[in-house]
Amino acid sequence: MKLTRWLGNSVVQAFLVVVGLIWITPLAGLFLSSLRSARDHADGGWWTALTSPGQLSFDNYTELLGNSGMSQAFWNTVLISVPSTVLVVGIAALAGYAFAWLEFPGRDRLFLLVVALLVVPMQVGLLPVAKLFGELGLFGTIPGVVLFHVAYGLPFAVFLLRNYFAEIPREMLEAARMDGGTEWRIFFQLVLPVGRPALASLGIFQFLWVWNDMLVALLFANASSQPLTVQLQSQIRQFGSNIDVLAPGAFLSLIVPVVVFFAFQRHFVQGVMAGSVK
Amino acid sequence: MSTVTTPPARHASEPPAPAPAADPRRGMRRRGRIIAVAFVLPALLLLGALVVYPVLFSVGRSFFDASGDRFVGGDNYTGMFRDPATLKAIRNSAIWVVVAPALLTGLGLILAVLVEKIRWATAFKLLMFMPMAVSFLAAGIIFRLAYDEDPDKGVLNAAVVGVHDTFSATSSYPTARARDGQGLTKEKDGAYATADAASPGSVVHLGLVGVRPQDLPAEARPAYPQASRTAGGDELTGVAYLDFTPGGGGTQGQVDPDESGLPKLRVEAVRDGETVASTTTAADGSFRLTGLDPGTYTLRLPAENFAPRFDGVSWLGPTLVTPAIIGAYLWIWTGFAMVLIGAGLSTMPRDVLEAARMDGASEWQVFRRITVPLLAPVLTVVFVTLVINVMKVFDLVYVIAPGPVQEDATVLATQMWLVSFGGGSDQGLGSALGVLLLLLVIPAMVFNVHRFRRSQS
Repeated sequence: MKLTRWLGNSVVQAFLVVVGLIWITPLAGLFLSSLRSARDHADGGWWTALTSPGQLSFDNYTELLGNSGMSQAFWNTVLISVPSTVLVVGIAALAGYAFAWLEFPGRDRLFLLVVALLVVPMQVGLLPVAKLFGELGLFGTIPGVVLFHVAYGLPFAVFLLRNYFAEIPREMLEAARMDGGTEWRIFFQLVLPVGRPALASLGIFQFLWVWNDMLVALLFANASSQPLTVQLQSQIRQFGSNIDVLAPGAFLSLIVPVVVFFAFQRHFVQGVMAGSVK
Repeated sequence: MSTVTTPPARHASEPPAPAPAADPRRGMRRRGRIIAVAFVLPALLLLGALVVYPVLFSVGRSFFDASGDRFVGGDNYTGMFRDPATLKAIRNSAIWVVVAPALLTGLGLILAVLVEKIRWATAFKLLMFMPMAVSFLAAGIIFRLAYDEDPDKGVLNAAVVGVHDTFSATSSYPTARARDGQGLTKEKDGAYATADAASPGSVVHLGLVGVRPQDLPAEARPAYPQASRTAGGDELTGVAYLDFTPGGGGTQGQVDPDESGLPKLRVEAVRDGETVASTTTAADGSFRLTGLDPGTYTLRLPAENFAPRFDGVSWLGPTLVTPAIIGAYLWIWTGFAMVLIGAGLSTMPRDVLEAARMDGASEWQVFRRITVPLLAPVLTVVFVTLVINVMKVFDLVYVIAPGPVQEDATVLATQMWLVSFGGGSDQGLGSALGVLLLLLVIPAMVFNVHRFRRSQS
């Protein structure tokens, strides 16, 4: 009995080790490829570097960072993701608080509308918003990309934060109001601090979403405002011959979210889980 | 210098001076409303202009033709099912929705149950969840690399070819040929046979050319040491060698010291058109056919020796491209399914499971009869969530499918893109596809929102 359990457990362990190896291999492949020259790539697969580590160097990365297009694209990614995240969290927190605790006509019906908007896939908005941005001169600009991300991030964000803020005990808010706090002050000094976990999860989810986006930027950004994903996508056509650019570029674009992931595991998982209703 | 002082501008957040209202409470309520509207206004403005208006616009636009001048009613919707490319997209999306969520939920369930039994569960979960942080674009590049058709570049084909070559006995020399007039003649089916007959006890060397030295198998050894070996009375021996001395020199039709043997080549002894013995060559190209009756034989190198090399699987070819991309999708989402199901698993009543085990239920019975039924609600949530996400898959298909195969891999979201912006520029059909996508997602979404609200209350 003990033996069979021990045996069973070893089989499970071995199986999971294999699964883990399968999962890490593609990523390891990308990383090692990013450290090899195009010439080495033409001669053999990245696994040959395991036996001849002399192939590995950071030359591709120095080259990449020296490439003005790439480093511009990297900064564009930051300039798109950070404002999109801050704006979504900020605007949604205001609206979420109002939907949860302030009274105004049509409140519940409006909130239902916001929830209904959760279903709208971004694809439906691409064409009309492109026309609209064209008329407003926002097409091809970073603010345009940001605005689109904010708008399509809002339904979920408002939904999440309203539900979270609604859990705040009524007595807490009443007490603050009794003390003569304005709504504005209550929002900053009570609601935001209490809502920190939800704000953090939402922020991480939104940051990741925008950082990793390609579709929106593919349409709304132009050559000078495009983020890393679009810049790399445009080079995929020559896949293989330019692996010394693609592999380090892809690694650069994924290392930021992966670091965020390891730094904020709990919020990250919660954010992704909650965000999956999107 | 003028000394005009402007009155300090009233701060925006300062409340407006209360109107001389008869009822101060009513004034306060009005003020409260104004503040509330100020709180929700930014969100409502953005949603109205960039989400609500576009949806209405798209719905309207989908009833007009490509240029937007002519009202065509439902033609764009019926046309979808006549246009082969769009039909292909609908079919592929259907494959995605049928295959990916089910596979992911199953895989997630198995892993979630198994990971409970190990000590390094947290590390394993982290590893599996990590791809969720990676963009579809980066994942696309990762898998373009892994699926590369050249087994010297793509790790998957390297593995497939490696396994294949381990189990197949012969090496293949697709480019090898014999020089004319040096003992070997080509037969109709591509095989080579000796022109002169040989009888047991003799030594026959089979010289081939046309193999680049770098294409020789790694195990190949020089043939020369074995070339002077003699044969027994019932044997035919010799070496199969590459009749080419690197760097020049050597004599044609003769085994020279630097010339390499050809390993794993199939050699047959043929008498009266019938194969009576066969063997494969050793690393140095030597072979020995034994147990031969007296008589005359020809030696034959059958055509299989010269068959094109097995090059693995064309993952990103037209037939396999969709399963291949689904594979990449599994890499990204399995951790999500596993962690969500694992969370459900951890809320399960332990004592029920233990009681069942005490009663002698096997692990499989516990899994089938207790774990799965209790987990059903969580499994449904995972499944529905994945259906929504699978329906909208875009980047992965757009990035992984190579240009020429793009139309074989196309799904609704990519087709919508191609039709509207990628050369098609039929914005009527594009809008209709967008609306179709919206309609398809709605039921799953309604389910999810209901569930979320229930979990909140």
